[in-house]
Amino acid sequence: METWDLLRNIWFILIGVLFVGYSILDGFDLGIGSLFPFLTRRKGDKETLYKVIAPVWDGNEVWLLTGGGALFAAFPHAYATVFSGFYLALMLALFALIFRAVSLEFRAHDLKRQRLWDGAFFVGSLLPSLLFGVALGNVIQGIPLYTNMDYAGNFFTLLRPFPLVIGFFGLTAILLQGSSYATMKTEGKIQEKSIKIAQKLWVAYGVFMVLSFVFSIIYIPGASKKVLAWVFTGIIVVCLILMKFALKKKKDGLAFLLSSLSFCGLWGIAGAIHFPNLVKASNDSALSLTIYNSSSSELTLRVILIIALVGMPIVIAYTTYLYKVFKGKTREEEKAY
Amino acid sequence: MDAVLLARIQFGFTAGFHFLFPPTTFGLTFIILFFESLYLKTKDEIYKNISNFLIKILGVVFIMGVATGIVLEFAFGNNWSNYSRMVGDIFGAPLAAEGVFSFFLESVFLGVLIFGRNRVSQKAYWFSSFLVFFASHLSGLWIIIANSWMQTPAGYRIEGGRAVLTNFLQAAFNPSTLNRYLHVLLAGWITGSALVAGIAAWYLIKNRHKGRAKLLLKVSLIIFFTTSILQIFSGHAHSIQVAETQPEKMAAFEALWETEEGAPFALFGIPDGSKQITYFSVKIPKFLSFLIHFDPNARVPGLNEFPKDEQPPVFLPFTSYHIMILLGSLFILLSLVGIFLFVRKKIWDSKWYHKLLIFAIPLPHFANEFGWIAAEVGRQPWAVYKVLRTADAASPVVPAGNILFTLIMFFFIYALIAVVGVTILLKMVKKGPQEPEKAEN
Repeated sequence: METWDLLRNIWFILIGVLFVGYSILDGFDLGIGSLFPFLTRRKGDKETLYKVIAPVWDGNEVWLLTGGGALFAAFPHAYATVFSGFYLALMLALFALIFRAVSLEFRAHDLKRQRLWDGAFFVGSLLPSLLFGVALGNVIQGIPLYTNMDYAGNFFTLLRPFPLVIGFFGLTAILLQGSSYATMKTEGKIQEKSIKIAQKLWVAYGVFMVLSFVFSIIYIPGASKKVLAWVFTGIIVVCLILMKFALKKKKDGLAFLLSSLSFCGLWGIAGAIHFPNLVKASNDSALSLTIYNSSSSELTLRVILIIALVGMPIVIAYTTYLYKVFKGKTREEEKAY
Repeated sequence: MDAVLLARIQFGFTAGFHFLFPPTTFGLTFIILFFESLYLKTKDEIYKNISNFLIKILGVVFIMGVATGIVLEFAFGNNWSNYSRMVGDIFGAPLAAEGVFSFFLESVFLGVLIFGRNRVSQKAYWFSSFLVFFASHLSGLWIIIANSWMQTPAGYRIEGGRAVLTNFLQAAFNPSTLNRYLHVLLAGWITGSALVAGIAAWYLIKNRHKGRAKLLLKVSLIIFFTTSILQIFSGHAHSIQVAETQPEKMAAFEALWETEEGAPFALFGIPDGSKQITYFSVKIPKFLSFLIHFDPNARVPGLNEFPKDEQPPVFLPFTSYHIMILLGSLFILLSLVGIFLFVRKKIWDSKWYHKLLIFAIPLPHFANEFGWIAAEVGRQPWAVYKVLRTADAASPVVPAGNILFTLIMFFFIYALIAVVGVTILLKMVKKGPQEPEKAEN
């Protein structure tokens, strides 16, 4: 393989890795945010839950920013097509993320309007969790494109059955991730509640998994012929079965690990059936954005690969340190400052 | 309204709002690192108390910066898709690098600073404050690299209508990067130290937290003074570079319509770009030539030397450039008075001066914003100087109505954030350092 093509392949995988990192890490705080009203109504427990995510959520969100930056740097055409094409939907996600970020800080200081900020945090977590999956579903099923790579559809083109199913599947996976993290980090009543919710979500996950599977066979030609996709499907199924027991036996660390692992499986399936496409064209497959016609130059891919190889191991090292500093069960009475 | 114009307004508004926060972060993290270092060395609790207080303020400022920064990471794809396609080969890398090298670091260790005082050793805590300081400054460097490449592109060639990277270091450290970075860095330290000095002054007026307020005022005033003085040299060097690399921008800054040998420096004026006249013009003869070339009779090209369709607008760059200089001079004067009062041992009782300092808190933000407006509007009509026109950079598929709608949404959301954020910061300052005062004098 030519070096340039090799780099393009590597970057397809690396951007997948960034999205996996984002799903696993921000997944749990988005999930907890979206589950807030269902997890607890007790004031003290609410504070505990906030303390679970407060020191780490911001670092988690950087995975999204870095993923976006990497997509821009490695595949500028894909970045340009998706963000200009899905304009209103992604702006909605951005507005939600803005509210989410500030509400976490504001609720602690603006006590008069705390309930308002709690609400903003809930909606700000829920909306992106749903929209990310819808966007991904659209990219995989394909969208109408002009010959200059620009999006040729409108807002309602995005609301087709396959993307919506993927959207709700993604939301369910994020909620499961959130509830299993909450299970791991809390104790007592709130942990009981988290486990109960996780068990319900486990069922929902299974349902959406089957639905997504069927829809993929229907809407994505050739999906069933990808061996890797089957392997990843197998991994998810095993994770799910083990998770059932982990939740039952209250092996909370294992449950979270399995939920995280299943995210790797989900992105693996997406990558396997989508490769080498970045944005599929639904009107004419020749117009699809692939890693070959949408990438940056060989030099740029090389430069950012060096940046990633130098930087990301360090990032992972100190992120691990952060979680070690805040390890163990989070308790209500612990002082924040 | 025209979609490109709306996209420009939206970018200007969202980036301008975001730009309120990072410079403040520069200054605050520097001062926090200073007090953490003192605490590490002397173990005196007073430094810890001060640092705790400043970290709380930093937390709010930083989060508002994060919330408004996410938007910009995606704004190029949203509103400037052609820009992303044409120059993404070069422009995307610094944004990705900012995430990898700086933003992760800053977010993770700010988490330790805010929530981890009792969970990590004193040394680890100090090191966290160092990393937050380091990462916030490094983050600024990547963003300045990206923006400077738009001003003075280098390390690329044009291939099939797209800019393609040929040399990463040349692109990153293009002719304006270091000048602009130093200028923004100093601006950030001025912004942060003015904020801290203003807060300390308020405590002195209210006769509260006196011991800590005096310490804060001493430290912040010294930084305020030093950086304001250094900014003259940085600003001067940057201007010389602009005159060299973007001469039409310098001509716009000074409303120099015609080339002159012995060009004057404008002190005041209301330039009209369409008629190429400056009303109420007050000038220092030959001073611009002297400033740029150290030769009062040197030739400075005027706007007449550039094709009409490559001339920047004049009114906004001229006005904002001069307001920035005026404010910069004011900072020197204000901090100089403070140092004078300090040496004469009158500073703790000079209420009038404390009031001035409180009034001065927002001024560096105006200087920052005006400087930024001068730089970016002065770059027009180019998105990337002589490479890509702003008019050709927008997203062709995004209708004007969508941009207008999201612009209005941004306006209301940011207005809300601004009001609540400022209210919270005011409340925090009013509450002051949490620990009780111990025999402060």
